[in-house]
Amino acid sequence: MPPMKTISMIPRSVQLPLSDDVAETLHAGDELLLTGVMYVGRDAAHKRMIETLEAGEKLPVDLKGQTIYFMGPTPARPGKIIGSAGPTSSYRMDFYSPRLMAEGLKGMIGKGMRSLEVKAAMNQYKAVYLGAIGGAGALLSGCIKKVEVVAYDDLGTEALRRIVVHEFPVTVVNDIYGGDIYEQGRAQFRIAAPHPAAVQ
Amino acid sequence: MREIDSKMVTETISTLLQDGCYRLSDDVITALRKAYQREESPAARNVLAKLLENAEAADRDEIPLCQDTGMAVVFLELGQDLHIIGGDLYEAVQEGTRHAYDRGYLRKSVVDKPFSARTNTRDNTPAVIHTSIVPGEKLKITALSKGFGSENMSRLAMLTPAGGRQGVIDFVVKCVDEAGANPCPPVIVGVGIGGSAEKCMLLAKQALLRRVGDPHPDSEIAELEGGILNRVNDLGIGAMGYGGRITALAVHVEVFPTHIASLPVAVNLQCHSVRHREATL
Repeated sequence: MPPMKTISMIPRSVQLPLSDDVAETLHAGDELLLTGVMYVGRDAAHKRMIETLEAGEKLPVDLKGQTIYFMGPTPARPGKIIGSAGPTSSYRMDFYSPRLMAEGLKGMIGKGMRSLEVKAAMNQYKAVYLGAIGGAGALLSGCIKKVEVVAYDDLGTEALRRIVVHEFPVTVVNDIYGGDIYEQGRAQFRIAAPHPAAVQ
Repeated sequence: MREIDSKMVTETISTLLQDGCYRLSDDVITALRKAYQREESPAARNVLAKLLENAEAADRDEIPLCQDTGMAVVFLELGQDLHIIGGDLYEAVQEGTRHAYDRGYLRKSVVDKPFSARTNTRDNTPAVIHTSIVPGEKLKITALSKGFGSENMSRLAMLTPAGGRQGVIDFVVKCVDEAGANPCPPVIVGVGIGGSAEKCMLLAKQALLRRVGDPHPDSEIAELEGGILNRVNDLGIGAMGYGGRITALAVHVEVFPTHIASLPVAVNLQCHSVRHREATL
């Protein structure tokens, strides 16, 4: 395969966990390299966390200021800490995310569109939604330096994990100001449909 | 009558599924490279370059291309003069699936009791099996690991015949537009036209098994594929939805006769992580 140069703006390095000050400087379309600690959980872990909160109990981890990555890895091969580790579709977490933002969740990483309710909550709680490249699980796996299961071990791939990442590439999808790269990007490149008669 | 042992089926299924999850096929690599060359959007070019890097990393470091190693969908074209010995053919397919997901360190993503307990079956079985009986004494096996980020964006419409060609185009384009960033574009758009409701959806899935970018042999259908592809790429969704010229790498259409009262159209999307392999025993 010929070498391929990545043509883009130079990504900005951002340390996790995110602070309010940093979240305020992020804008839809920004490319970031994240370094630090994040949590990993998807459908089943979210369901349990919300059930825990509804029962009036404490979450197994303090989410204040933290970032959660919607991901369920493949099993690690012997000698490796994790397998393929790309993002899953985020809309399935829409039902749960506002409640977790109320608990202090500052960042979410996934792929695909979020609901209006989630976007409103991001604005309210100053939280951001970051996109990782779906289907780049092998590449993203290499950015993960440490993995531990912190709760719900019985859920297997869906367990709640704490991971340490180094220069994990993401794009800001939704910022705290209502910016949305999916809408902005599409608007920039969309070509209006021709009149039906002109379609061959 | 020719005989083959069911163990050969098991071994073949396991090899095909594992190979698909670790290695992007040449047609897909070529399509991604072409997309990279044509793309104008820096953000989308960045994604496409990373997807090509990902394919290299997966092969080199033995990490699946994507963590969603899918639900196994297996197509069997069984020659009517072939006799499978040594065990149940379908169980041989399930055993091959079990073996692939266990030995291949693939994610077990299948749950039983889908609307209630959703208990993981722990070995990624059952595979979905589609069998057709054909002349001859061979068995052609096609194994697809289908990720559900794209599968969840599937749609079926029973259009009226008055909708015609334009109705088909508009429905397919609307499906891709509404799916947006969710199915991991650039996608392959599988389209079924005709048949009954379930036949139509199966056609859409079978359309995904063609080599990426090979046009349909029927020129009228090939022209429809080209027309839909242009409209889809005019949507501006781009790689991972960040905006760009290439939303789909290809549109593949399969057609079957239908009832005088209907014009069924099915859409089955395939993410860029195209993982199917075939072998003939």
